[in-house]
Amino acid sequence: MADVIEPLTEDARHGPKRFLRRYVFSTDHRVIGIQYWLLALASVFIGMALSVLMRLQLGWPGGHFAVARFLFPQAAPSGGISPDLYLSLVTMHGTIMIFFVLTTAPQSGFGNLFLPAQIGARAMAFPVLNMLSFWLTFLSLLVLLAAFFVSAPNVIGPIAGWTMYPPLTALGEITGPGQGTGVVLWLLSISIFCVASLLGSINFITTVLRMRAPGMTPWRLPLTCWAWFTGACIALLSFPVLLAAGILLLADHLVGSHFFIPASEYVNGQLMTADASGSPILWQHLFWFFGHPEVYLAILPGMGLTSHLLSTFARKPVFGYRAMVAATVGIGLLGFLIWGHHMFASGMSPYASAAFSLLTLVIGVPSAVKTFNWLGTIWRGRLRLTTPMLFSLGFVSLFVSGGLTGLFLGQAAIDIPLHDTYFVVAHFHLIMGVAAVFALFAGTYFWFPKMFGRMMSERLGRLHFVLTFAGVYATFMPMYLMGIAGAPRRYAFHYNPATGEGLQYLAGLVPVTRFVSYAAFVTVAAQFLFVFNLLWSYWRGPRAAANPWQATTLEWSDVATAPVVHRGAYEFSVPGAARDFRMQDEPTASPSGQ
Amino acid sequence: MGKALAIMLVLLTAITVWLFAGKPPLWFPENISTDGAMIDAQFARTSVVVGLGFIGVQLALAFAVWRFSRASTTRAAYSPGSTKADAAWTIFTLIIFVSLAITGERLWSRLQLISAAAGASSVDPVRVNLVAQQFQFTFHYAGSDGVFGRTAPEFYNDAMGNAVGLDPADAAGKDDSQLPALVVPASRDVELTMRSRDVIHNFFVPAMRIKQDIVPGLTIRLHFTATRPGKYEIPCAELCGNGHYKMKSWMIVVPADEYAGLERLSKAELRARVEALLKP
Repeated sequence: MADVIEPLTEDARHGPKRFLRRYVFSTDHRVIGIQYWLLALASVFIGMALSVLMRLQLGWPGGHFAVARFLFPQAAPSGGISPDLYLSLVTMHGTIMIFFVLTTAPQSGFGNLFLPAQIGARAMAFPVLNMLSFWLTFLSLLVLLAAFFVSAPNVIGPIAGWTMYPPLTALGEITGPGQGTGVVLWLLSISIFCVASLLGSINFITTVLRMRAPGMTPWRLPLTCWAWFTGACIALLSFPVLLAAGILLLADHLVGSHFFIPASEYVNGQLMTADASGSPILWQHLFWFFGHPEVYLAILPGMGLTSHLLSTFARKPVFGYRAMVAATVGIGLLGFLIWGHHMFASGMSPYASAAFSLLTLVIGVPSAVKTFNWLGTIWRGRLRLTTPMLFSLGFVSLFVSGGLTGLFLGQAAIDIPLHDTYFVVAHFHLIMGVAAVFALFAGTYFWFPKMFGRMMSERLGRLHFVLTFAGVYATFMPMYLMGIAGAPRRYAFHYNPATGEGLQYLAGLVPVTRFVSYAAFVTVAAQFLFVFNLLWSYWRGPRAAANPWQATTLEWSDVATAPVVHRGAYEFSVPGAARDFRMQDEPTASPSGQ
Repeated sequence: MGKALAIMLVLLTAITVWLFAGKPPLWFPENISTDGAMIDAQFARTSVVVGLGFIGVQLALAFAVWRFSRASTTRAAYSPGSTKADAAWTIFTLIIFVSLAITGERLWSRLQLISAAAGASSVDPVRVNLVAQQFQFTFHYAGSDGVFGRTAPEFYNDAMGNAVGLDPADAAGKDDSQLPALVVPASRDVELTMRSRDVIHNFFVPAMRIKQDIVPGLTIRLHFTATRPGKYEIPCAELCGNGHYKMKSWMIVVPADEYAGLERLSKAELRARVEALLKP
């Protein structure tokens, strides 16, 4: 068993042996990484279950569904999904997916698991802070999920979308169900999440700056590490803004301040504020100043991992490594200058829209450079189509299908008819939802042997890929058409063929909506293959060799001593080398090596 | 697996092109505004760039997985990249994207600055005030005197049909109408002044390619000209609470002479006429 990786559970290098300190309140970055990964895995299934209910209601408005009654006996006693329940499902689905899956798993999960190993550090810079970050994230999730139980009778959370626009959310139950306790829990949860992410980002930045192994110069860092580092910088600069905004909105909600509440609010027959002078638009600026960098925080680790895996499984160096680094950092910087493209329809100055519009199209350039370089990386390679490689190739395909439509939405004039329609839903699901999740799948299949000492089933993995790849396209491509036809998002239904209720110009939407629902159900069902594969492989998978993928980076090194780095991260198929890969810490036989 | 994935990618490309460029099952409603055609043209221009990029990348990906996943005894080509290639495609995409942005900005300034300025200085626009609330739109017309009555929040009274808050003491408001639909003449500039009583709503007319948030605390003015008589839906397009899905109204475009007739009607007659027009 000499060449078999010691699975984490058998590791005894770190001090305390008691179960609680080793596996629960652990300061070991690998345990914390797995905790984040498990938290995201649990969250993604909760978020997906909510989306199944949404798709049921959208496909068959007014129907009664046993699964709804089973999941939410309080909110859907008859199995019918009321518009109120539907909108709270939308809010909780978006919040859970964006914060607890897309922000948590790629950055905090995989980052904690593999950033220290990849840079040759033994641990994260601040282990106790790291533990605190995770448990705050966990607390934040519990506070959010509490909204399932304590909101108004027929909702399971706020009715606000993940953007929480005031004054709808600032005035309490008077503006509708879910606007009381639901909103308070949401704001508390997200405020805690901001603190957790802030602590985590400080840890990541310090670790990359201070703890690299000898020889690990910035230009030798794996692209995953560049992505985690840039992501941490984004988190450091953007989460405090959301935290501040969240506290202000909480104050509006609970203590009667008027940061986001204007004068003369008249709700439900009641004049609420005679003398306020707050600005609802201010919230949008603060929210999107966080919100737009946040979407890059969700996708950057996926981009880094895709570059990493395409190179590893094409047996070729990353094409244009330095351009990739520049694009990563460029996206991180430009990402802070384009938040206003979410607000073209808000009544913001048209001059501001013009500036945001131009910068938005410019940020397409580094993304395009990455795409070209991904193609350059696999071109004339020797592709090994393992499951992680399939998901990485899928990532490129989805990233392009989702990203290119940003060219429509980025232009203010075209955005106007498409804003807040299903076109936007398709755009962000493909690029930041599904593409990022494909990177999570790729990372899990790739690093599972490192996480649990066993290989995952390739056969099941390929089936999972094929079904998911076809399924997500069938789900989201038609949504572009629905958006072009003018279907607004966050509608409990658009047209009900049974009763004739709804928007008449969208009567033709019904068959497309049902098609999308069926496609979504198939996609969701395929995810159980993944779970089965995880469980089966955890107990029954073949034992992994030390470096099963013949990768080059330090996490696969079985050198027992502290690593010394001799070369860049992607030395594949170097002419004249003995093998088609050279590990970063492999001593150079002749001193002529890089 | 390489061939299977390549086939999937080719199929994806073919189906997508067929869906969007062939005979799409869903598309924009027919445009009925003077400005809409320009937006549709810019959408088409952008579609060319997006379409070529999409087809190019998906097919390149398909080719690569087909061609380069074959078993081989030789090693992969060692090419860590090329600064020239990276510089070339950076400059190439920068030129394409910025050119597209410039055409988009020209259209934006045409719509937001030039058209709006022309509208603001137009001599005889049809002036309508819109008041949005959870979950209805109310359109306020000045009536035969052409002067809007004074409004204030303390006069909001839905039960009395005073959703816009007309001051009963103001003589200028006596002939004002509060209608559930927007009635405008064809081919004449409309100046719509929008306010919200409670939360953010949105005035969206898909057939006009118009969408504008209605933000409480702000008064937002919109100019547009409809070209063709008919009835067009106005859904609310900003989440405004649990009744969001049912918040909608209609824009009724009538020929100019018919509109002149409507202007001569009494308040009660106008209301009855609009309600008749609203019937399906």
